[in-house]
Amino acid sequence: MDLGIVAQQVFNGLMLGVIYSMIAVGFSLFFGVLNVIKFSHGDVVTLGSFSALGAAGLSGALFALPPALALLAGLSAAVGAGALAGIVIGRVLVIPLRGAPSINVLLATLMAGTVLREAIRLGVPNGGNPKPFPALLPSGMIKAGSFSVGIDSVIIVCAGLLLVVGTHLLVTRTRFGLSIRAVAQDDEVARLAGIDQQRVVLGTFTLGSGIAAFAGCMLGLYYREISFNIGVLLGIIGFASAVVGGLGSLMGADYRGISIRRRADAGRGGDADLERLSRCRGLCRHHHPDCVVPDRNDCRTAQRPGVT
Amino acid sequence: MKLITKLLLLTCGALVAVATGTVPLLAKETVKLAFIGPLSGGNSAPGIGGRNSTQLAVQLRNADPSAKYTFELVTFDDECKPNIGIQVATKAASDRSIIAGVTHYCSAVGIATVDTYARFGLPVVVWGAILPEITYGNDYHEIHRVNGTMINEGKLAAEFLTKQGFLKYVVVHDTTDYGKGQNKYFSDYLKLAGGEIVATFPVSPDQQDFTAELTKIKELKPDLIMVGGLTPLGVRLRAQMDRVGVTVQLAGVSGIMNAGFLEGAGAAAEGTISFHNGAPISKYEQGQAFLDAYAKAGFREDPDAYGPFAYSAANLIMDAIEKVGPDRAKVKDLLNTTKAYKSLVGEINFDDHRQNILRANVYVAQDGKWVYWPDSEYSAGKRKLRLN
Repeated sequence: MDLGIVAQQVFNGLMLGVIYSMIAVGFSLFFGVLNVIKFSHGDVVTLGSFSALGAAGLSGALFALPPALALLAGLSAAVGAGALAGIVIGRVLVIPLRGAPSINVLLATLMAGTVLREAIRLGVPNGGNPKPFPALLPSGMIKAGSFSVGIDSVIIVCAGLLLVVGTHLLVTRTRFGLSIRAVAQDDEVARLAGIDQQRVVLGTFTLGSGIAAFAGCMLGLYYREISFNIGVLLGIIGFASAVVGGLGSLMGADYRGISIRRRADAGRGGDADLERLSRCRGLCRHHHPDCVVPDRNDCRTAQRPGVT
Repeated sequence: MKLITKLLLLTCGALVAVATGTVPLLAKETVKLAFIGPLSGGNSAPGIGGRNSTQLAVQLRNADPSAKYTFELVTFDDECKPNIGIQVATKAASDRSIIAGVTHYCSAVGIATVDTYARFGLPVVVWGAILPEITYGNDYHEIHRVNGTMINEGKLAAEFLTKQGFLKYVVVHDTTDYGKGQNKYFSDYLKLAGGEIVATFPVSPDQQDFTAELTKIKELKPDLIMVGGLTPLGVRLRAQMDRVGVTVQLAGVSGIMNAGFLEGAGAAAEGTISFHNGAPISKYEQGQAFLDAYAKAGFREDPDAYGPFAYSAANLIMDAIEKVGPDRAKVKDLLNTTKAYKSLVGEINFDDHRQNILRANVYVAQDGKWVYWPDSEYSAGKRKLRLN
């Protein structure tokens, strides 16, 4: 196999790894703060990509905007819609069920995801079919022998990495991040210290869902095609990345998102199926990362056999 | 006193009802038919097209004053999943008021449910699933099919493509019974026709990312990529070919030959070849009449490529019921003997496995439409396929 092809596969892996990471970050945040798994997360990604498609298409058709502005409209619509969905799901489904067994939250959010997905299918004209996503990024190709990569892919990778690093800084360096970490560590003590827990929880849901919707928009730009059910598989992959990286650990999720993709590519190609996932989970257990949102469960979750 | 008032009120009510005609004086007997297809999920577009076409056939029949029965359509969603398909098939078949069914678009579901229909004795006419085994793999007299199979599609595809000069092939197929069957028949006939398959990629039907496969394909430099799957697979592959820089000709089985592929792939769809066992709807004698009636009925979605088959299947069943009455066994016996039945999709002749005999056609995507190959600019030489 020549070097160009190898480089191409590595880049393919990096590209998807970044997108998976953005989704996994949300799972990690929610689990760190509330100890819940929000299974509608994949469908929030879909919502993000459809909002971006709608906003970019509409603004492009109405005002004949240049691609850069249409992209901006699409991105803000995606993040806005995602954040809103996050707030609604958090406020209506997750917070009221806080004291209930966690299976309830799991089922409620799973169903919220189904509602979102079917709403998109029914609400979008001919929503059952895949939809083309406009190419809003510059379309040139960088070529070196048999290696070729679109400029847009490079932009997506950089934007994704920036966003992930930004989230990390937000959690570790800001006042809001401090309150997230406080609630994650011990929410009773955090409340005694005067932290408004509900605000932190809703803030986390806004943040995680906004990032997921951003990932949805990037996904559309990358594949140039979206369909209402992309979120199902993405949700599973994002969840798997988060579990492998240690739920509640931010950088762990990012690192695993990328490594899952690379291991999947190293096989004969194709998306990470469960068998491969379990195999790389075994590998990853040996070198789990430090936790940036240390809560009472996260590091143990990553280490304890039988839980991950 | 109260009783008299009540009686009076009742009589008045009845009189008003009769006078305004809300109560028909001589009601026709109502007969139920089932429609089963994918109404949600990634393959809901052809499913809904089939449902609408069946609905249209029933509506037109009910508007006909010479019909002996009033028909009622009961629709079920099989979600294109075999387990759900068996559930709804059991539900439909165990409801004795349902006399016959127009069933299944997805082959994986179609093959999973044949035993159910045979067990409950519900005569069904398959309207879209093309796996040969649905009719040829058993001897159930309940199962009929108006559309063709992948045997004639695969044979035509292999012969046509090699004749165009494509020699090295890569096949990407999904791992359901549908994709595996398509791969088998295409590969078998390709060998006979003299083509060579350099690689085969079995993929999961809802796989999103194909960059890894396409990078391998780029390295192999084939003349043509053959897709053995449904629309979502075709669209993703087509969209991602450009991303990885694969510029070879794309061809696909009838699973991608629908408006969804053209819409999803956009301008990149141009020049894609596909094979389908129906002729273009305008080539049928009553094709225009069907399209007009469809437009008039005000359905939101297109009939899609298999809509005319669903429409024909529904008419075939309703004609049988008109003839022998609403009795499953009698309807089955009559359907079994169908010969030279005039329908929208041409003459229907069932062979000894109750399979309609059809021949497949070649189509090409040209300016955002699927064009019948002999009528296309590619065939006329004005445009060229991507031949290395």
